[in-house]
Amino acid sequence: MKLIVTDIDKTLHEVDFKEDDILMHVLRDANMGILAECGGSCVCATCHVYVDQEWLSKLDGIGDDEEDMLDEAYEPNGNSRLSCQIQLSESHDGIKLTIGPKWD
Amino acid sequence: MSNRVETDVVIIGAGPVGLFAVFELGLLGLNAHVLDVLDKPGGQCAELYPEKPIYDIPAWPVISGKDLTDRLLEQIKPFLPTFHFNDLVTGIEGSVEKGFTLSTECGKTFFTKVVVIAAGGGSFQPKRPSIPGIAGFNGTSVFYAVRERETFRGKDLLIVGGGDSALDWCLNLQPIAKRVTLVHRRDNFRAVPNSVSKMKTLVRQGKMDFIVGQVSKLCGTGGQLQSAVIKTKEDAIEMTCDRLLPFFGLTMKLGPVSDWDLELDGNQIKVDTATFSTSKPGIFSIGDINTYPGKLKLILSGFHEGALMAHAAKALTHPEERVVLQYTTSSKNLHKKLGVA
Repeated sequence: MKLIVTDIDKTLHEVDFKEDDILMHVLRDANMGILAECGGSCVCATCHVYVDQEWLSKLDGIGDDEEDMLDEAYEPNGNSRLSCQIQLSESHDGIKLTIGPKWD
Repeated sequence: MSNRVETDVVIIGAGPVGLFAVFELGLLGLNAHVLDVLDKPGGQCAELYPEKPIYDIPAWPVISGKDLTDRLLEQIKPFLPTFHFNDLVTGIEGSVEKGFTLSTECGKTFFTKVVVIAAGGGSFQPKRPSIPGIAGFNGTSVFYAVRERETFRGKDLLIVGGGDSALDWCLNLQPIAKRVTLVHRRDNFRAVPNSVSKMKTLVRQGKMDFIVGQVSKLCGTGGQLQSAVIKTKEDAIEMTCDRLLPFFGLTMKLGPVSDWDLELDGNQIKVDTATFSTSKPGIFSIGDINTYPGKLKLILSGFHEGALMAHAAKALTHPEERVVLQYTTSSKNLHKKLGVA
């Protein structure tokens, strides 16, 4: 199964994933340019991604913790998610997303 | 306190691993000074997740970051560590033969036999938004912390963020500022409800403003901010202001560590797993900041690394002594050190 990732330089990548993978781990291991400083505890917002509109509804809803933490993401919008909070499954094969912009 | 300190060990980083290193070093009779860029002990546990439960600390089925920090502080108390908060080690010079001299941002100098880098993900720094042109205003019109409240008297302030720092400074600076406008991306806040309701009362009374939106552009000349463009759901508003205070939390930077001529692997310091020595004898590294084959970034791994480091540091600084492993259950010598004899 694959993710379609647009990185910070607008380059397109296809990245493999397996059932039950955490999106943040997949992006980090593929060097897609996310920091994920807290290692997946939903306390730092440095694994911020924008999920393409058509795929948003296929993800589990956003939790209060994640919504709160998005306050510390750079330029969040309605498509923003923290990739550490997304567990992937078969229904996400082909999901399109863009890596969020970085802080200085 | 004097600006010149002599000690056996300087530990850089007061996170859980740095704190436990005080204990392991203390058992071997080595005294430590501990520095941290934060204003309190606990590192990530204190700064990022004080209230979040941790489930993988041996013998603690569940413990919060804050409780773990408090317990460690209690455990290391007998060894009388000296803490230096809000300070950053900028330079390390010297060698294991001559000893090391450390200089800090606050102008302190440490003379030490060994150095232990337990700096986690690096030093915490405020997150700086990459708003076009912002660099030209840093330190003159844009501030990421309030050092002197008075410098904001009579100013037209734009405060950005929805956490405790943003709300606290709105409430704190509102009485002395010419005007305070809070900008946040949504009408919900992470800050404590009490601050939020105080802020909303001020807004109702017309004493400050709140805008749901994001700052997208800064305008001004010569470091002097004149206005900011705020993108809202509907459109963009240009607001006059002369100070911008963004509060988006902290991020970790490797910082000066990268200039210390240590062998690195990316942002991690390479160590020998028998001693946790870096490529420079006398400088050790433990916890999240180091790397070696099989490394796991776990607090419990950092504790183990601290114990091995302490024995290696003792052997290095006291070559004439044989370092023997003693048990805290039975050693009278250790009981004396722990103050339980």
